[in-house]
Order: sequence, then C-alpha cells, then structure tokens
Amino acid sequence: MKCADAFRSREITAPLVEEIARSLTRPVRIMEVCGTHTMSIFRHGVRSLLPPGLTLLSGPGCPVCVTPASHINAFLAAARLPQVTIATFGDLIRVPGSEGSLASARAQGARVEIVYSPIDALTLAQAEQERTVVFPAIGFETTAPTIAATILQAERLGIKNFRIIAAAKTMPQALEALMADPELQVDGLLCPGHVSAIIGADAYLPFAERYGLACAVAGFEPADILAGLLSLIRQINHGQPQVDNCYTRAVTAGGNRKAQALIAEVFQPADSEWRGLGVIGGSGLVLREKYQRFDAVQQLALKVQPAVDPKGCRCGEILKGRLLPPECPLYGTACTPLQPVGPCMVSNEGTCAAYYRYSGQKGRGGRGGERVDFH
Amino acid sequence: MKADSIISLDHGSGGLASQHLISGLILKHLTCPQLRDLEDCAVLGEYAGRIAFSTDSYVVDPLFFPGGDIGALAVHGTINDLAMRGARPLALSLALIIEEGFAYASLERIIASVGRCCEEAGVAVVTGDTKVVPRGKADGLFINTSGIGLASHRHDISGKKAQPGDAVIVSGTLADHGVTIMSRQAGIDIGGDIASDTQPLHRLVGALLEEDAGRIHVLRDPTRGGLATTLCEIAQSSQVEIVIEEERLPIRPAVNVACEMIGLDPLYLANEGKCLIICDRDGAEDVLQLARRMPEGRDAALIGWVSERHTGRVSLTTRIGGSRLLEPLTGQPLPRIC
Repeated sequence: MKCADAFRSREITAPLVEEIARSLTRPVRIMEVCGTHTMSIFRHGVRSLLPPGLTLLSGPGCPVCVTPASHINAFLAAARLPQVTIATFGDLIRVPGSEGSLASARAQGARVEIVYSPIDALTLAQAEQERTVVFPAIGFETTAPTIAATILQAERLGIKNFRIIAAAKTMPQALEALMADPELQVDGLLCPGHVSAIIGADAYLPFAERYGLACAVAGFEPADILAGLLSLIRQINHGQPQVDNCYTRAVTAGGNRKAQALIAEVFQPADSEWRGLGVIGGSGLVLREKYQRFDAVQQLALKVQPAVDPKGCRCGEILKGRLLPPECPLYGTACTPLQPVGPCMVSNEGTCAAYYRYSGQKGRGGRGGERVDFH
Repeated sequence: MKADSIISLDHGSGGLASQHLISGLILKHLTCPQLRDLEDCAVLGEYAGRIAFSTDSYVVDPLFFPGGDIGALAVHGTINDLAMRGARPLALSLALIIEEGFAYASLERIIASVGRCCEEAGVAVVTGDTKVVPRGKADGLFINTSGIGLASHRHDISGKKAQPGDAVIVSGTLADHGVTIMSRQAGIDIGGDIASDTQPLHRLVGALLEEDAGRIHVLRDPTRGGLATTLCEIAQSSQVEIVIEEERLPIRPAVNVACEMIGLDPLYLANEGKCLIICDRDGAEDVLQLARRMPEGRDAALIGWVSERHTGRVSLTTRIGGSRLLEPLTGQPLPRIC
C-alpha cells in the first residue's frame, strides 16, 4: 500500500491538476466507464479540482447497477426455495427487485450469506451438504475468471450442491452499444483498470478507430485518474484519438491470457439484459453445455422473466450518461441510500449513491450544475 | 462444573442451577460486596452532584476477537458513554441473555474478562441479572450493561456545544475495532497488528477535564457508524460545519490495507476506545500534549476545525487537496464486489 500512497500525494497530483486546467481549451465530456473510478473520483474529491469545462459522466461499469430486475427476481426466487442458501457479494443484498431485495428475503427467513469470493460460496456448499448453495454470479471480466475457477474447482471436487445464476457481463459489447447511440455526446473514455487487466488495452482500439474516441486506461488512485484525464484531453486537443495505457503497472496490451482462457472454458457469450440499456447482443456470460449442472436457473427450475423497472426510475439514462442523478424525479425524494428504488442508489459504486453521499446535492436539480456543487 | 459443560435452561430458572451458576462462576470473578449480597438491587452511597446514567447492549459477533471480547466491550462501552459527558463512572449493572447450549467455559472466560476490565477501570458491577433463552432464540450471548457516574460540576460537555473556531482532536488511531470484527466475520486473516482498540477512556477524560477546565466543549466516542457519522451528529446538533483534513487522520497502515481489501471506508468503522475532543483552538496543543502522555491517548491527533459556517455539515479535505462531504452511515457497511 506504500506504493499506492505515492499516487495519492499532492506532490504528484497537483502538477497534473494544473496541467489539466492549462490543457483544457474547449468543453470536453469524458465518460468514466467503471464504477470503481466513479467512487474514487468522489472519494478523493477529484471533481472539485477539475476546471469547469471538463464534464465527467459515469458509465455502465457498476456491476450491481446494471444487473436487471429480472435477474434480481431470479435471485429472490432461489432465496425463497427451501433448503437453498444464497451466498452473495455484499453490495447486492440491498438491490431491489420487483418485490423486495435479498435483504428483505433474509429478514423474512431466507438464508442469505455475504461472501467475499465465489470460492467462499463453494466452501459454504461443502460445509452444508444438506443445502443447495446458490451464488448470484454478477460482475464483469474482473469477477468472471474467479467464478470460472470456482466452477472448475467444484467439478474437480465433485461438489453437487453448488449452483450459480449466471449473470456476468462483458464490457466491450456494452460500450459498443452505447457508442452507437447518436444521442450520446462523449469525447473520450476513461477505460476501466481492473477489467482491462483481464481483457487488455487493445480491446478499446475499435472505439478509437471506429468512433474517433480518445481512450485512456487508468488505475484507481487519484494520480492514475488525473493522468488518464490529461491523456484524454491531449488526445482530443491534437485530434488524434488512440488507446493510451496509463496503467501499465497492471494492464498489458493483450491482457491476462490465463484468465481469458478460464472464462472461455466455462462460459460462452450470450445476449444479456442490462438495467437501463436493454438487451445487448453477446454481452452476457452463460455456462457452457458441459457445466450446465451448475446452472441454478435450469436445475432449480427458476424463471427469469422480463421485469419492469420501477416507475419513474431513470437509472437507465443515468447509466448511459444522458442524465445526472439530480435530474431523476425520484432522486433524493423517493430514492435515497436508505430506501433505494434504483440500483444506482444502492451500490457504493452507483452514480446516484456517490452523488448523494459526496456531493451534498440531496434533492432534484436541473442540468445547470454539471459540476457538482461542493459547498 | 466440568470444563465441557454447557448452559441449560435450568441455569436461568431462578432455582438451584441458577444459584450454582451465580455463585460458582459469576461471583468468582465479580467480587464487589454489594453484588455478593444478591439483593434485588444495589444501594449506593451518597454522592453530591449531577448523576449521569447510561445503558448499552452488546451483541457482537464473534464473541472473542483480537484485542478483546464481548465482556471487555460491555464494560468499556458503558464506562466510555459516561465519560463522554464528563462523568466519573461509579457503578455498573450487568445483564446476561444466554442461549441454551452456550459453552460454560466460554461464559467463564467472558465473565473473567468483565471482572478484569472492571478491576483495571476501578469500577464495580454492583447488580446483575442472568437469563437463559431456548436454543435459536439468541446468538450465543447478549450482554447489557448500565452505568451511573458523577458528572463534573465545572463542565457542561455536550454534542451541542461545538463552536466556530474550535479544534477537532481524536484520541488515537481509527477503525481498529471495526476492521478487526469485519475481517473476522469475513473469515479473512489480515495478520499484522490489527486488534480491537477496546479500552476505557474515563481516566483520559478525567485528566483532560482536571487540567483543562472549561475549554473542552464536546466529547464523543465514535463507535458504530465511525468517525464520519459521529462528526455528522455533532455538526447537526451544534449547527456548525466541521472540516476534517484527510492527511491528519491517524489510521494504522495495516487497517488501511484491510479496508482497501474488503472495500470499506475506515471513517465509517467502529472504534471502542477512542474519543473525539472538540475544544478551544487555544487549548488544543495542551489537550494533545496531555493526551499523548497517557497510554490511551498516545496517538492523539488534531484532525480538523469547526468552521464559521453554520451548515450542519462535515466536509473532508482530501490528501490531493480536493473536497467532499462526509455523510452519516446508511444501513450496514457493505463490502464491495470489486
């Protein structure tokens, strides 16, 4: 962590902040794709240091946020079955489906355990052989390899009471769908660090080449983020969009081949529904034929049915960067971190939760303040 | 009683088994004469002054953790609640709710810890109660302690008294208890020197008040909800704005690493042996010097100021010079997916 300290020191960040202000010659809109970026930007007060012409939009990179109500409903249906334990990542338990959340199911008697890794869910299955342990397998390319490794481990050990609800998603397809939207006005992408460590920086080349978007892969410390933003502004100024890997200590051009192979062994691409974005072709990861016995939907005869998003909820448009949280009619009134309606308010990484928590804007407001008012 | 024996419903019946539990285990470790009398209540001596009175229940899981156990928390927590109004603790009550099947040896370990902590703190358990509930109706052991104390004549310590210009001091490192418990719950062995900070603060508070009459306005122990939530409560009650500087916050490196790993913010994690001290700006250096001379205050640090604005908010100046608001904790702290 000593290494990370340097990326948080003012000696390193102040010159970057100055250079960004100096380099910005026209209004620029950047989408930070990843939820961990969104959170880090708020947590370190990065926005308060940026010049007014630089707008940051949050993208679809919060795995909890993009999980649609139909999937949450399937998790809930599994939780309500007798002899089923749901072993889930912590920030999923408050996400509301059509009727309640895993937290409310737990309060009504369902067994819902928080785990920190899918392997922990497998360990739980080994310890409780009389129950079926179901792991809601959400996440992006970052979590998919560990889920795949867990499935392979379960196969090796012959564990029969472990299942997943395959709901993981892949980022490039979603970005592709977003960028094809003519209404989306974005000059550059701050590309995710963790996802890129798996898929490699070259995965973004099509966005630079086809859509003329500046791309910078960045880590999550303030200096990483500022360096990424500066790279984007310079690319935009020079009219030379490319993919700049500003996170070389973790990300290579080709990514982590071993992790990619793990994903490919266990999963195959399928169309997948994203909260707010709809169904995106080839953007989901479902279990391959030979691992179907781990599929909870099939084995427990769960139904994944289309579900209507909560009335008034604008998470979809917020995830697309079209709206800022205070422009949603529910923000700060019907939807707060204590009583979240939409997923963007639930997860710490969610754009609405981050706005609510860190920006001081507690009620609805117009588009006027794209820069968050901190005081 | 054999080492491997367990607590049964009989132990809570009020009959012979209860008497054996009380005399054989509880009175072995809690030796105050008033408790030994086994009267329906304790009658204390005569005290001149304002009486402070507080109660708290302890349901921590796990019951034993690095740096302490539920017994230590139950003693220190109530002593600290009294101390935070500037009161000198006089006596404690101890009520146990035990789940049927709880290990006798574990109960003995916990009561011994209560006895030891009381002795170290110089405060006695003078009255108590024991109940046993059927298996599944509680989680091992719950403890309630109440305490009374004598409030200082010369001070009026309250969360409503923070004033513009005041200094904000914390008596030591943050989040040690919260990280210890959450990493245990997660089954993650973080190693390093992480342990709960559970400790009584009445001596530190006593010394500060003794030396520093009138200059301390607020004392608060940032337990559940952590530093951020406690500061928000003070800012609200006093209708002031509090500005905290991130680089001044004393947080052990191992705690920081653990928080990054689990995806938690140390500002929202519990402390069980630390207090916030808000005092006159001019008195801040004296408070720091005095606190640092005592073991429970050796890592005391000035972390920020009460500003001239009356917004009821708390803001944090980040290490890179940015600014963000600190909100009270919402719900339980949840670890993040990645």
